[in-house]
Amino acid sequence: MSSGNALQDLADRIVAKAKPGEQVEAYVSRGGETSIRIYEGEVEHFVSAQSESVGIRVIKDGRTGYAYAGTLDESVLSEVFAEARDNVQFGSVDEWAGLAEPDGVAKVPQELWNEELAHFPTAEKIAIAKELEKLTLATDSRIRIDDANYDDAYGETAFATTSGIRAHGRENGCYVSVGTLADDGDETQTGFGFSVGRTPTEFNLGRAAREAADRATRLLGATKPQSKRTTIVLDPYVTAQFLRVLSGSFSGENVQKGRSFFAERLGESVANPLVTLIDDPTNSLAYSATDIDGEGLAARRNVLIENGVLKQFLHSSYSARRGQTRSTGSAVRTGGTPGVSCLAMQLVPGTGTQEELIAQVSDGVLIQMVQGLHSGVNPISGDFSTGASGLLITNGQVGAPIREFTIASTLQRMLQDVVAIGGDVDWLPMSANGMSLVISDVTMSGA
Amino acid sequence: MSTLSELVGKETIEKVLAKGRSTGAGFSEIFIEDKRSTSAGLDDGRIEQVTTGRDRGAGIRVVHGETTGFAHTADLSEAGLLQAAEAAAVAAKQGSGGVVTVALGGIDTHQVNDVQILPNEVPKTRKVELLERANEAARSIDKAVVQVSAGYGDSVRRILVANSEGVFAADDQVRTLFRVSVVASGDGGMQTGYDSMGRTIGFELFDLYDVEELAAGAARQAVTKLKARPAPSGALPVVIKRGSGGVLFHEACGHGLEADLVGKGASVYRGKVGEMVASSLVTLIDDGTMSGEWGAIGIDDEGHQSQKNTLIENGVLTDYMWDYLRARKENHRQSGNGRRQSYMHLPMVRMTNTFVINGTSEPDDIVKATKNGVYVAKLGGGSVNTASGDFVFGMTEAYLIENGEITEPLREGNLIGNGPQVLRDIDLLGNDFAMGNPGTCGKDGQGVPVGDGQPTLRVKSLTIGGTAA
Repeated sequence: MSSGNALQDLADRIVAKAKPGEQVEAYVSRGGETSIRIYEGEVEHFVSAQSESVGIRVIKDGRTGYAYAGTLDESVLSEVFAEARDNVQFGSVDEWAGLAEPDGVAKVPQELWNEELAHFPTAEKIAIAKELEKLTLATDSRIRIDDANYDDAYGETAFATTSGIRAHGRENGCYVSVGTLADDGDETQTGFGFSVGRTPTEFNLGRAAREAADRATRLLGATKPQSKRTTIVLDPYVTAQFLRVLSGSFSGENVQKGRSFFAERLGESVANPLVTLIDDPTNSLAYSATDIDGEGLAARRNVLIENGVLKQFLHSSYSARRGQTRSTGSAVRTGGTPGVSCLAMQLVPGTGTQEELIAQVSDGVLIQMVQGLHSGVNPISGDFSTGASGLLITNGQVGAPIREFTIASTLQRMLQDVVAIGGDVDWLPMSANGMSLVISDVTMSGA
Repeated sequence: MSTLSELVGKETIEKVLAKGRSTGAGFSEIFIEDKRSTSAGLDDGRIEQVTTGRDRGAGIRVVHGETTGFAHTADLSEAGLLQAAEAAAVAAKQGSGGVVTVALGGIDTHQVNDVQILPNEVPKTRKVELLERANEAARSIDKAVVQVSAGYGDSVRRILVANSEGVFAADDQVRTLFRVSVVASGDGGMQTGYDSMGRTIGFELFDLYDVEELAAGAARQAVTKLKARPAPSGALPVVIKRGSGGVLFHEACGHGLEADLVGKGASVYRGKVGEMVASSLVTLIDDGTMSGEWGAIGIDDEGHQSQKNTLIENGVLTDYMWDYLRARKENHRQSGNGRRQSYMHLPMVRMTNTFVINGTSEPDDIVKATKNGVYVAKLGGGSVNTASGDFVFGMTEAYLIENGEITEPLREGNLIGNGPQVLRDIDLLGNDFAMGNPGTCGKDGQGVPVGDGQPTLRVKSLTIGGTAA
């Protein structure tokens, strides 16, 4: 049986070789990327790359084995299958081990593939990155360029399982980014700007250039602030990073394994009533939008927190079986057995521009950048501490730049301490959206 | 497992390098990699699965003037490699430079690591047993231990690098790693503990180190933190235990000494060679030849033999770290720091094993000399803005110092400082040097294994990002 899709056919062929008593999943993908870096008006590097991979999961008598290879070469496929089979014997028996099964949920049609991008001329991609560097340099005489980049990527995936999953999809996307350096005497500060599109014609180069220059220049002369309790206004980019830190706590698997501070809290108030948070990969505006999850099930919209109340956890087929519930289409692939994660987090926007939100803050800090979320935030205990830079807010106005300080609280408290959510939604090249977010009562540590 | 030079012959490599220069480029390079890895994970009391992986391919780099073209392929046939070489050549420059020939001599090998037991020759059962032992050891520490996950990983990475300037070298890099993370639960919520060990050696890692001890340590860390109080907020003296704080130097100055960042004027250390940039106590080394250490390599990923490089000597900046491109541009020697994550990535300047050598103070005296401050027993990751010098690093196990004694445990948080200032503020350096945990250093989207180390030391003022007044 041919599906008319070469990857699907390959996945089907692998699964057809399953022996009696074996559950088998084949996950095959291929993709490519173009990466262009411009420095001082010339191409610094041009990377043109193709890659492919195959992962085979075998489950027998409740034991799981997995193997992968970075090639779809026929001669390697049988070796990968043999390795996965061999690995089965070393897994523990797990009564919930198994593959996803078709659940009748239809894919939400989305435009994830853009033909214009697929055929976009290389010379124009180079020209766009050069234009971004030029525009950024022209914004301010104190600005130098670290690098100006054009990147695009495409990917195709296909799943097949002995349990009847057959799914494939493909998507492409592109973005430009620019890193800036602003100098004043011995001092140097940095900034960045970017623009995302399904096709390069959607880029807003002017905005990327302006933001990259502003972020760097407005920190010039920044000093280290005094330690105190304060209110913070997160820039949309920082809000998106904050949302990502929360992602794992919504995983049903983490709840089952005692790694989520939301465990036992379903139906309870876990955030300020202003907060409604959803995970919706079916929204095409999201950079990480997709129509299938990491097990080939249809991606779907899931409400996580509604008006401050915790509504549900997310599940893969494994955590769903274990929790006697249904998959929420939230499986992700990192290794062999699929994990569970938010795919495209979206905080439902409030109203007001960043200026309007700042006008309500008598004494606080606009957080422009954070540093060290990976080292200072523990999503299991909830301890939150991150390096930051930004601008002081006094009587509703932004003022002097500050740097080399931390902001700290706990994730649990910060959700309750949300005092305003902006209407300034920004769709970022990340798996969460951004908007200005005001949180009270955090500790700022400085001098 | 056949060697790479058997897989791809010298004549093919010469043709590929010539093809890379066929559009007039001055430099072409082929990097071939064959990496086999095995990992096994235990979580929630079960061996979730054993995974084996194979990544094999070649990256071809062509440099024309200031422009680098790069293409990679998983197809190691002569036709596949020539096609990638052509793509890289076209990417670097449109046009024709005529016929070029490249001739290579004999292959060089530089083996700095002594591997006793190749991990891919060890039965998987023995790897799985280690996980079960770690799980039991961690759970036996205290009833408060509610969850344990443990991971085993090994890799055998064979690389071969050749370029149009005659470099033709190969290396086998064998790494073995073990990690444990623990969750403990108490009245005040959950806390975590983590520890890992990894070296550029084979399965004999487990003859040298005890996984049960490692797991017990991670469990004690989590249980101790159940009683932890919020960390202080503000600037205090900080004592960092030996072998736990190398990441401080990695972030405070290591990245800022990478010649690619310096060359773009994106480092606070630009133009500072020969100047005093740190306390005179500080001598900082980057050493890729440190046999068996996590960042040890025979050759770097540009085929240059690994070296021991002194970066800061008695507080004076002596040199930066270099790769091929930056050394060529500035007419400097390469230093063996051109590294890449895999054949799918371009090389750039990276650290190997970065460490500060011993001072003369007794570690106990350093604590006694500190009236009030923070003692950091285990650091987490960190990051740095090399242009401004501001850097952070996390403390995953820390205690208060009160009246010269280590007292109560503290909850987690970041510390923040400015690199050049913190280097000057190191006022006590111990005589108890140790290497730290295996690390993965991220730069421009690529991760490479790095080591770090340092004796117990004191920074007279660092900002601690806690919540306690």
